[in-house]
Amino acid sequence: MSSNTDFLLSIEDLTVSFDGFKAIEGLAFYMDKNEMRVVIGPNGAGKTTLLDLICGKTRATEGSIKFKGKELTRMSEHRIVWEGVGRKFQNPSIYEGLTVFDNLEASYPRGRGVFGALAFKRDEEVIQRIHQVAREIQLDDKLEQEAGLLSHGQKQWLEIGMLLIQDPELLLLDEPVAGMSLSERLETAELLKAIAKGRSVVVIEHDMEFVKSLGGKVTVLHQGKILAEGSMDALQQDKRVIDVYLGH
Amino acid sequence: MIKLPGFLHGRHGGLAGILILAAILMIVMPAMLDLYRLNLAGRYLTYAFVAVGLVLCWGYGGILSLGQGIFFGVGGYAMAMFLKLEASDPESTRIQTTPGIPDFMDWNRITELPWFWVPFNSLTFTIIAVLVLPAAFAFVIGYAMFKRRVSGVYFAIITQALAVVLTILIVGQQGYTGGINGITDLRTLKGWDIRDDSAQYLLYYLNATLLIGCVLLGRWVLNGKYGRILTALRDREDRVRFSGYDVANFKVFIFCLAAFMSGIGGAMFTLQVGFMSPSFVGIVPSIEFVIFAAVGGRLSLLGGVYGALLVSYAKTMFAEAYPQLWQVMIGAVFILVVLVLPYGLASVYQRYGKRAVAKLKGSRHPGDTPTPPAASVVPGARRDATAKAGSALPHDSVTEGRP
Repeated sequence: MSSNTDFLLSIEDLTVSFDGFKAIEGLAFYMDKNEMRVVIGPNGAGKTTLLDLICGKTRATEGSIKFKGKELTRMSEHRIVWEGVGRKFQNPSIYEGLTVFDNLEASYPRGRGVFGALAFKRDEEVIQRIHQVAREIQLDDKLEQEAGLLSHGQKQWLEIGMLLIQDPELLLLDEPVAGMSLSERLETAELLKAIAKGRSVVVIEHDMEFVKSLGGKVTVLHQGKILAEGSMDALQQDKRVIDVYLGH
Repeated sequence: MIKLPGFLHGRHGGLAGILILAAILMIVMPAMLDLYRLNLAGRYLTYAFVAVGLVLCWGYGGILSLGQGIFFGVGGYAMAMFLKLEASDPESTRIQTTPGIPDFMDWNRITELPWFWVPFNSLTFTIIAVLVLPAAFAFVIGYAMFKRRVSGVYFAIITQALAVVLTILIVGQQGYTGGINGITDLRTLKGWDIRDDSAQYLLYYLNATLLIGCVLLGRWVLNGKYGRILTALRDREDRVRFSGYDVANFKVFIFCLAAFMSGIGGAMFTLQVGFMSPSFVGIVPSIEFVIFAAVGGRLSLLGGVYGALLVSYAKTMFAEAYPQLWQVMIGAVFILVVLVLPYGLASVYQRYGKRAVAKLKGSRHPGDTPTPPAASVVPGARRDATAKAGSALPHDSVTEGRP
């Protein structure tokens, strides 16, 4: 099977089995450049596993994941990041003991080796970039605050900011609005739409209102396979989707 | 996720603290202690190299090594081998069956200097070996472990096992290593008698200078981006990995740096004490090193130095009188510190000493809650503690002095 190199991400025949249990089975998944894609599905459908496979946290049993024509299934995690894939975890995963500024700096894509990090200088370019990203995630007035003291929503934004500073071509977001208040959800939807300009974004989400507000194509996963794909409006009419997910 | 208390944040080791340490080591202690006790303090300070290394790799990197004795031993043995060869010239060993080789080899019916001893005839090679070998050992261990994502308690157990292996190897290969007695009877370095008074003073100052150098090096490493990544990966390894860092390399580096410092400590130990033996390699010393760092404060480079001084001094005081009890006591101290003072004496200073100092100075920044450097030492609690150690030392009735 030849993969289409026009896609930014093309996943084919992907299978991962944990002791015989197939969390993902024969999956095919394609993403265009600058596409916003939402992945929904019931618990245990394999949504988080799919993101884990793309970013290298879990290794595929079979199949291929090609990103810009390069095979990711055997690439080490940090190389995948260097290729331009950013991953946000489900629970806000930030360095709570460091300031917001330091959190962003720790993700700055220079000084990634041991000796590069030792020689790293906080120059004007770095400071400018950190301020720029902090403005995008609305934390520019909290740069010197300890990250552990931020609200839950702000922690989620900070982690998104830590990915943005690397300017990834593909952003993988696992439930970015989980635990957020309604107003925070609305703001996050705006933020995601803004950062989706010029890059591809995969969002896993349960909140249907939020999914609708994002727009874009939706993929429904069920038992490790793709059940349906299309616009949210079309999927809401789909009998199978209603049966396994939306109806409940 | 280890949530750091606020007072432990910020830069690592204020320069003021380092200056005070330098003053204590270079001026106060030599002025207050007679040569014998100064030499004893110098020996304790060689342990401080290991403790400072542990603050870096355990406190900041989250890598608990229970095998730092390995690196202390490698550095110490490298230096001891050079000194032993110098002490074993054909003239002074003429009564042996094979003159010109170390005495313990002759006793074990070895008739030729083993190949791995030969390069230690050169002082240049020896100094390079002291600086490179411990880090090289650490690189091999660290690379093998961290690339396979071995961490936490598994790593600790493996390092402990390696310390045992090395001890057994040294004890078992008596003819090549001097066995359980170690390498003893070391006298001169390039003809310079390391046992006379002026040499003892000089070595003490060299030791103190190197130690302060290591503290400064550690401070520099922690203050940069590397230090923040190191702390970050201790708390959130996955986030660091998926931010594009090869986590294993960062761990290997800090483990090697800790080993490098330990090796210097070992070599300075040999020079000041005049022997090296497997009892400074195995589990017991390795765990003692960890206790030094824990008592001093595992997030404080300077705390590591004071911890090594205080605990070693306490050991000298009590171990002679109650050798069996000491093991229990040091264990109790360790548990107590973990339970009550997880950040060691440094945190006591940060909590109370700093406030007292501010009061003395008259608060210049009212309302400004200080988030002082973790390792800064200023006239507070810790100077008192050290002064206590200093003034108490003279009453000390010796222990395992020089052989």
